[in-house]
Amino acid sequence: MSDVLAVLEQRDGALRKVSHEVVTGARRLADALGGGVDALVLAAGAVQGAEQVGRFGADKVITLTNAAFGLYAPEGYARAIAERVKSGTYGAVTFAASATGKDLAPRVAARLGRPLAQDVTDVDVQGGAVTVTRPVYAGKALLKLKITGTPAMISLRPSVFTPVERPKAATQETAPVESPAGRVVVKQIKAAEAGTLDVAEAPIIVSGGRGLKEPANFKVLEELAAAFAGRAAVGASRAVVDAGWRPHAEQVGQTGKTVSPTLYVAVGISGAIQHLAGMRTSKVIVAINKDKDAPIFKVADYGIVGDLFDVVPKLTEEIKKLHG
Amino acid sequence: MKIAVCVKRVPDSETRVKIASDGKSLDEAGVKFILNPYDEFAVEEALRRKENAGSGEVVVIALGPTAAQETIRTALAMGADRGILLQADRIPVDGLAVAQALAAELKGAGFDLILFGKMAIDDYNHQVGPMVAELLDLPCVTTVSHLEIEGGKGVAEREIEGGVEVVEFPLPAVLTTDKGLNEPRYPALKGIMAAKKKPLEVKPVSLGGGGLELLALTPPPERKEGKIVGEGAAAVPELVRLLREEAKVL
Repeated sequence: MSDVLAVLEQRDGALRKVSHEVVTGARRLADALGGGVDALVLAAGAVQGAEQVGRFGADKVITLTNAAFGLYAPEGYARAIAERVKSGTYGAVTFAASATGKDLAPRVAARLGRPLAQDVTDVDVQGGAVTVTRPVYAGKALLKLKITGTPAMISLRPSVFTPVERPKAATQETAPVESPAGRVVVKQIKAAEAGTLDVAEAPIIVSGGRGLKEPANFKVLEELAAAFAGRAAVGASRAVVDAGWRPHAEQVGQTGKTVSPTLYVAVGISGAIQHLAGMRTSKVIVAINKDKDAPIFKVADYGIVGDLFDVVPKLTEEIKKLHG
Repeated sequence: MKIAVCVKRVPDSETRVKIASDGKSLDEAGVKFILNPYDEFAVEEALRRKENAGSGEVVVIALGPTAAQETIRTALAMGADRGILLQADRIPVDGLAVAQALAAELKGAGFDLILFGKMAIDDYNHQVGPMVAELLDLPCVTTVSHLEIEGGKGVAEREIEGGVEVVEFPLPAVLTTDKGLNEPRYPALKGIMAAKKKPLEVKPVSLGGGGLELLALTPPPERKEGKIVGEGAAAVPELVRLLREEAKVL
């Protein structure tokens, strides 16, 4: 029997939603390994929403507090997590492959002298060993790995492990933790505009390419994204980011973000291989393009051939009706 | 300023991935190899830091097969001073094994900065830089898209979900670079000629690791054939109906 440690994330003292996915992935592994799930969150104090992760299958919620843990403290977090792992009998440790998780997981793995599988899209247990699947070559191939020894260190790609309700009466444990002052200090987070979702975590992405013709025309995509009532983010192709029309944070593709939303709407994007690499694992892809031969239609589930400046406003109107 | 840049030889991003007959690796026939694009930002940043300081040395280090000497030469052509190849027959899937070999080379060498690309575009491991930092007990900031360094202290910015983290750190430090940090220069002909004469040391390494077993490399599942719903705005109501009733995503 071996337990699984799920490392949660908080921001401003509130649990980040991606944590539900981390617990869901941990629960799947724990069921296969015959153990329990300990959910661990590091913070300056109580974390709003952390006590609820029993819903997704956590048996225990551990909050470790330190005055320096309000914002991400890379060294302090890594030390505290590594200590916790060493004090238990964990068969696996799961992180989110978020900006924080991808920074934190290698630090913890190196401290424990364990290999790390980042950004995995599937987990399994075969003959007692954890196996993982992770996209490589920009999603053009899948790598399947067996992790020998314990704990298996894994980060889970956001939006892939859809949260599953597995209610448990999770016990709560809160304890202060000692942490020497870190050398690396996050001073502040310069927030993007309030309410904007990040493409890496949005359930719906409305992405635009050169077909938009000029930067100001992205307004039609912003309006479409807004119609999804807070569930959609605006994405962009490499061409328009390189042209300076949109920020790099929105870029989807090989040199941008790899995304797996429930719905990906590609507008005026031809579908270069580097772009497809970044979004081909989306659950449903819609393409809107005036060129019926555009490669994007080859991966799209649904396509509309036409002028995006006619099609997109109509789509916005129809989506608004659904949410009205 | 003495700066190390750790780089990797990777298949070009345009590569059509064909799986070798062993079912575990890339068929390298006809594949063009390049300097990992994220590492270009690291090389460029190192060159600018040295140029601004007016003195120093930029050392390029790669772990890989003999052919990775070409990758190092690319960085030398951009302007780096010398190269070190940690020669291994294969680059292991285990990023920790790579980090251990690099850390052994970097330890005690007196670098003010050790730079990496944030990840390699082949294995997407996204881990070697921070692992090296842990093994050397150095401060580390990853995915840096803006950087200021003055008087032994640095301020870096890194993109996170919905914002930008502002991070302070002391030197010496390990940083991994993201797109947006700078615009990498192209090697000029003069640089390419000069690079041929720059020192490049080859050191065979034996790799540890072994906690990861590669089971298979497979093509991604094909997406099933989609359909063109129609043309123009008139097709939108049917699209929305399909998204609701067939795909069930709305």
